[in-house]
Amino acid sequence: MSADKFSNPVVRWIDHRLPIFSFMDHELNEYPTPKNLNYFWNFGSLAGVSLVIMIVTGIVLAMSYTPHVDYAFQSVERIMRDVNHGWLLRYIHMNGASFFFIVVFIHIFRGLYYGSYKAPRELLWILGVLILLLMMATAFMGYVLPWGQMSFWGATVITNLFSAIPFIGDSIVTFLWGGFSVDNPTLNRFFALHYLMPFLIVGVVILHLVALHRFGSNNPIGIDPSGPQDTVPFHPYYTIKDFFGLSVFLTLFAAAIFFFPNFMGHPDNYIPANPMQTPAHIVPEWYFLPFYAILRAVPDKLGGVLAMFGAIAVLFILPWLDRSPIRSGNFRPIFKIFFWVFFADCIALGYLGGMPAEGIYVVLSRVATAWYFLHFLVILPLLSVIETPKPLPQSLSKSVLGGSAMAGAASAVKEKV
Amino acid sequence: MAKINTSKQEDTQVDGRRRDFIVVASYAMAGIGAAAVAWPLIDQMNPAADTLALASIEVDISKIDIGQSITVKWRGKPVFIRHRTEDEINIAQSVELSQLKDPQLDVDRVSNPKYLVMIGVCTHLGCVPLGQKTGEIKGEYDGWFCPCHGSHYDSSGRIRKGPAPVNLEIPPYTFETESLIKIG
Repeated sequence: MSADKFSNPVVRWIDHRLPIFSFMDHELNEYPTPKNLNYFWNFGSLAGVSLVIMIVTGIVLAMSYTPHVDYAFQSVERIMRDVNHGWLLRYIHMNGASFFFIVVFIHIFRGLYYGSYKAPRELLWILGVLILLLMMATAFMGYVLPWGQMSFWGATVITNLFSAIPFIGDSIVTFLWGGFSVDNPTLNRFFALHYLMPFLIVGVVILHLVALHRFGSNNPIGIDPSGPQDTVPFHPYYTIKDFFGLSVFLTLFAAAIFFFPNFMGHPDNYIPANPMQTPAHIVPEWYFLPFYAILRAVPDKLGGVLAMFGAIAVLFILPWLDRSPIRSGNFRPIFKIFFWVFFADCIALGYLGGMPAEGIYVVLSRVATAWYFLHFLVILPLLSVIETPKPLPQSLSKSVLGGSAMAGAASAVKEKV
Repeated sequence: MAKINTSKQEDTQVDGRRRDFIVVASYAMAGIGAAAVAWPLIDQMNPAADTLALASIEVDISKIDIGQSITVKWRGKPVFIRHRTEDEINIAQSVELSQLKDPQLDVDRVSNPKYLVMIGVCTHLGCVPLGQKTGEIKGEYDGWFCPCHGSHYDSSGRIRKGPAPVNLEIPPYTFETESLIKIG
């Protein structure tokens, strides 16, 4: 806070009136961070970078895109062929969505394993789930914009989900469409909202960061730093680590953009939208497949929709489902097993969501869906009661430097239980 | 002791210089990388390939009678093509260069004196001057008159009076045949 922290007199003058430099110094430089973070803690900053990449490329793409049913598809092809570097910008944006979701999914599983949602970080977690919801809405509407076959039928199917709502469902769908089918008004509003929502995400991300910096990062051990000896300043230790992780991420991202840009897309979306014919096998983008599998697993229209939204909603109340005071899965032997089973279950749901809804796939989808909810609603609450955790280390330093006295902290935690 | 101290000091200095080099080299690389990323984002605003492909047009001028003008669109701007009368040609050719704000001979502004081809955008602030259609104000020099800020152009499209700094611009064009010109 003191003015002499900065040697530059201009910086000092500004900071005295508008303490922006003090703020940045406090939050990005000296910000004390647990010294034992592993590479899974890179994914928060990677998600932030992904968001910036998406916004920047999205704004420049919007300069050449036309949100009209007669021109949208052509304007995207024009971007690919005629606009300077348009192919690059669009492939970055298109694959950026997938990489954003990869990063965010890893970020979420990191939180699930290390108990980052537990007190006092419940609101931090809830804001994160809110970001996920906003991302899903943004990604869905963005996928509609190229106005290919998958865009059109994806929009039709997803908006029709709301028709499952009793009594007012049909009116809501008509309202969403701005007509009696997915048409030009729908495309127009989706473009407007697709442009708006990333900035809402930025707003929630800022709240997410404020909540994060209130108590600082969780860590792989899951116990709080007991003092300055357990933390290091964010800069240069974690800035350099984040930059290293970022360069690995960007290398993979560039490989996708330049060598297999359409791998995560669907070829049918290069066919212009045709409201008269549905493609034989429609699937959403890969990042929606687990939720799509849950939707199809329930043999009831309203039930399926509720289950799908429930799969996200259950994340909101997770901090109160898992009552175990031990955060890190490292010290919860039974939880650890169920965590990996749950992880496998999510992968299985993703696979099943991409398969046709027939035969054995339906049965497996139902089993996997049941397990998804069983994990959150039964297994986690039950484990909080019956599981005996392993002894926790006394401090972060001890765990890093290989100390032996581990009994104290563990017994203290058990008393809390 | 003194000797040891000196060598230690040298070590630090060498290390210091090496570290400076690494820092400067890293920042330079980061700067180059940032510029390389920024360029596509900026360059996408330049005219696209299809826009550049439309940069030339062909116009049939055989239907323009003496004393008539037509306006065609080239690169999104109006191009004035006037089939000038003998009078207009004579007046345009006889003007003293000293009377002109932007001195230019009429012969330097046309490839065939009968046809004046120029971009119909006032060189002041980009309005389209009047004088193409019969009955429109042609200004004090019987050419074109810009209604926005009152620039008068003569029958060669040269600025004679008003705020415009230079003559109406001549686009690049060639006569493909006697009655067909290619603009751009």
